[in-house]
Amino acid sequence: MGITRRAAFKAMLAGSAAVAGVSAATRPVSAAPLEAPADALGLLYDATLCIGCKTCVVKCQEANHLEPDTSGIDAKYNAPLSLSANAKTVIKIYKGDEGESYMKAQCMHCIDPACVTACMIGALTKGPNGIVAYNVDYCVGCRYCEIACPFNVPKFQWASNTPQIVKCELCRERLGEGKEPACTEVCPRHAVIFGKRAELLQEAKRRIAAAPDTYQPKVYGETEAGGTQCLYISHVPFDKLGLPTLDDRPAPELARNIQHTVYKGFIAPVALYGILGAVMLRNRRSADKPEAES
Amino acid sequence: MSAHAPAAPVGGHLMTPSMRLVVTLFGIGAAMILWRLIAGLGATTAMNDGYPFGLWIAFDVVTGTALACGGYAVAILVYILNKGQYSPLVRPAILTSALGYTLAGMGVALDVGRWWGLWKVPLFVWRWNVNSALLEIALCIMGYVVVLWIEIAPYLLERYKNGEHATMRRVARAAIPALKKASIWIIALGLLLPTMHQSSLGTLMLLANSRLHELWRTPLVPLFFLLTCVSMGYSVVVFESAFSALGFKRKPETEMLAGLAGIIVPLQFFVVALRLVDMGVRGVLGGLFAGDVRSMMVIIEMVLFLTPAVMLLSPASRRDLGHLVRSAMVMMFAGALYRFDVFLVAFNPGAHWSYFPSVPEILVTVGLIAAEVIAYVFIVRNFPILSGGGTAAPERQAA
Repeated sequence: MGITRRAAFKAMLAGSAAVAGVSAATRPVSAAPLEAPADALGLLYDATLCIGCKTCVVKCQEANHLEPDTSGIDAKYNAPLSLSANAKTVIKIYKGDEGESYMKAQCMHCIDPACVTACMIGALTKGPNGIVAYNVDYCVGCRYCEIACPFNVPKFQWASNTPQIVKCELCRERLGEGKEPACTEVCPRHAVIFGKRAELLQEAKRRIAAAPDTYQPKVYGETEAGGTQCLYISHVPFDKLGLPTLDDRPAPELARNIQHTVYKGFIAPVALYGILGAVMLRNRRSADKPEAES
Repeated sequence: MSAHAPAAPVGGHLMTPSMRLVVTLFGIGAAMILWRLIAGLGATTAMNDGYPFGLWIAFDVVTGTALACGGYAVAILVYILNKGQYSPLVRPAILTSALGYTLAGMGVALDVGRWWGLWKVPLFVWRWNVNSALLEIALCIMGYVVVLWIEIAPYLLERYKNGEHATMRRVARAAIPALKKASIWIIALGLLLPTMHQSSLGTLMLLANSRLHELWRTPLVPLFFLLTCVSMGYSVVVFESAFSALGFKRKPETEMLAGLAGIIVPLQFFVVALRLVDMGVRGVLGGLFAGDVRSMMVIIEMVLFLTPAVMLLSPASRRDLGHLVRSAMVMMFAGALYRFDVFLVAFNPGAHWSYFPSVPEILVTVGLIAAEVIAYVFIVRNFPILSGGGTAAPERQAA
């Protein structure tokens, strides 16, 4: 009897042991780079070309029916300071030891997005062309996507009482009408261009090869966080542009591996449930009845 | 258990002077809840796009449900380890768990922006994202609230078994034996669900990955969450047992609590040792001496974990009720701080973001705790939850 109970308690702890075992399972294995969807679309932003005119910011707001963002100085001007519930893209500036550059921020459309892993009933999904799309019908406003995103992209309509998540969806409605995204359509310098990720990546590498003294020797987004569909090339280091230094493992890998290892096929929970019930049955049959007094 | 009288209602009046204060706090909290529902989250909370999880998640849910794990901790002891001598602790522990989890659920409902759509989460099975730790937590917590109220139902129905109300009498007489018969499988579910979601609460923040500070970012977070919910659960049982004795002038269950404390001491040492080993294996041990806020917090956490273990090291010290309560408070605080830190301190969305809970956020949390106290006092006064009745004469004796 004692042995059975002890074994069962161990089984209780097996849940935690499984969790502990995960630590081995979640060590980085020689991770092969993720394959982007064959039809993946994306953006290429070339920091050397951008003149900071912010036409993209305004056109994006117009195309996505966003209100002016007057959260900046004096609350008078439509000048979003960062991505916000009213700005799906924003232009920032870097001035420092490493030179000077503009920077365009928007959703990176990760190949393996952490926000999609986070989302309970799939308000955020990886849709056609690999676009990370939002459907408010399945959103409860939990904001776990905001915790998950390594780029701090999803924003919440804090001011609203029927709040939604706001993030770039690569103008998927405009794509459906045969147009390109608002930001690339209006960019006067073609600093941000739209296309298939594979072709954009090729173009990025071509530009770097053609002017190796100008560019940082790397395409940001090729492998970061498992790869993103929006890519960056720049003359200043990427961390100066506010792009986080990330390894090549998909952002959601660690958390997802734990969930998968512990809950694979739901075998462990069902087994644990059976064992717990069985032990209690035996305990009840044995002489000392724990709830006998009631 | 022979030393203990059977569980019986405590009786007495609800509206004592101290209860008036609690009811006032609840009233203020309720007003704040109303304001939040009318004005929205931006107007009433300090949460922002950098810190989208605030006090309501980090305290009400993540810390609150761990404090509500007394039912889980005692059930492991009584039903799995078959230590029947602790069974008088079962009813009050399950009650606190039921109340704690119910209020945590209410905390979530207030926290999510689109609360009217929450019903879709359990029902839209075909859309379930099995990769989402949050989905698992949500479903487990919803399920566990139901399980806890089923577990407590026979005790609540007992008073109607021989009562005057015919319908209630019929319901009680039909339900109690049925629930008793199924009790093993209900209790087993009541052990499985916390094992699942309490560990997954730790997995939750691992999705923040690089934005979670490396001192906390380990695949062992789920295990630490599971262990802290057990230690916090036990300390709440100690706490509650002592205060029930004090508040309702009953004989304290010191012997039993001393036994519990003996089990908890090695667990506290184990948590600290495992954390240090884990930091060593991951090569971040040096981060402990960084001297910044985050490294200081980790050191404070570990000191708080060790303090109650040292306080209770000698068996004699475990038999001193005051000492037990003091150490339980430290233990509760240790687990609470660890969990709080994982959700708020370890999370770093970037330099220009900051968060400190707003006054309405704090008042809502206080109001929810007040609601729990009111419900607890009402139920133990009217239903057979506490055993070992002393001076206060029970109004109705349980059958």
